[in-house]
Amino acid sequence: MTTFLLSLVFAFVWVAITGSATLHNLIFGFALSTLSLWIVRGEVGTRGYWRRLGRILSLLALFLKELALSAWKVAVLVMRPRMDLKPGIFAFPLTVDRDFEITLLANLITLTPGTLSVDVSEDRKTLFVHAIDCSDIEATKRDIANGFERKIMEAFR
Amino acid sequence: MMETLIAFVTALVILAGAGFALVAAIGLNRLPDVYTRMHAASKAGTVGSGLLLLAVGLHAGDLPTFARALAGFFFFVLTAPVSAHLLAMAAHKVGYPLSTQSVRDEMKGRE
Repeated sequence: MTTFLLSLVFAFVWVAITGSATLHNLIFGFALSTLSLWIVRGEVGTRGYWRRLGRILSLLALFLKELALSAWKVAVLVMRPRMDLKPGIFAFPLTVDRDFEITLLANLITLTPGTLSVDVSEDRKTLFVHAIDCSDIEATKRDIANGFERKIMEAFR
Repeated sequence: MMETLIAFVTALVILAGAGFALVAAIGLNRLPDVYTRMHAASKAGTVGSGLLLLAVGLHAGDLPTFARALAGFFFFVLTAPVSAHLLAMAAHKVGYPLSTQSVRDEMKGRE
């Protein structure tokens, strides 16, 4: 049932993006999204879908806010006549352990204020993060762990 | 009235987007090493081009164009951090030094 609804939503997205609102195109979009959902059926757990959707949306909202803030901070930093930097690379201990969660967290970290993920250790327990301001590492680590990492865990577990 | 308002908002969004793109370029010039430069390129650059795409969608005023502009922004957000991350990682692997102002490097010798 959820899969059916999802296919329908995707079909409408397809119609909006291809820009021709005909019945043929809607049916084609529906077939296409059903096929794509069938391909990823093992990865997408369909239980608890709507509750999860709310949490994913909340993660998205947090992300957009942080992105705007981060672009603004970079702008302010760059335009200052005397740039006072304390850059450095610190190691962030990961709690999430699945590949796509690590990828998501790394991407989110890169787009948030003052941090840029550089590499993941071989054993996938540590994320190396470059920060533009290393004066208070512990606070930065706490922010990531209580912000994005917790939200990712809530949304995808 | 409505058209004037949309035109006004579009102009504002274009100016903001161009401003962020300019800031990203200035940042690339002023920041001391490749890692800090990636900050400017990935963040201000993404937001700048995202705002420009949004302006295109607003200006066109029809849903398909707007949806495609949003999709473009989405793919930007997906790909920009990956390229920044790859460039930074490659730079670190070949031993490109952090700027002399740097205070720590916990990645050294732990790859």
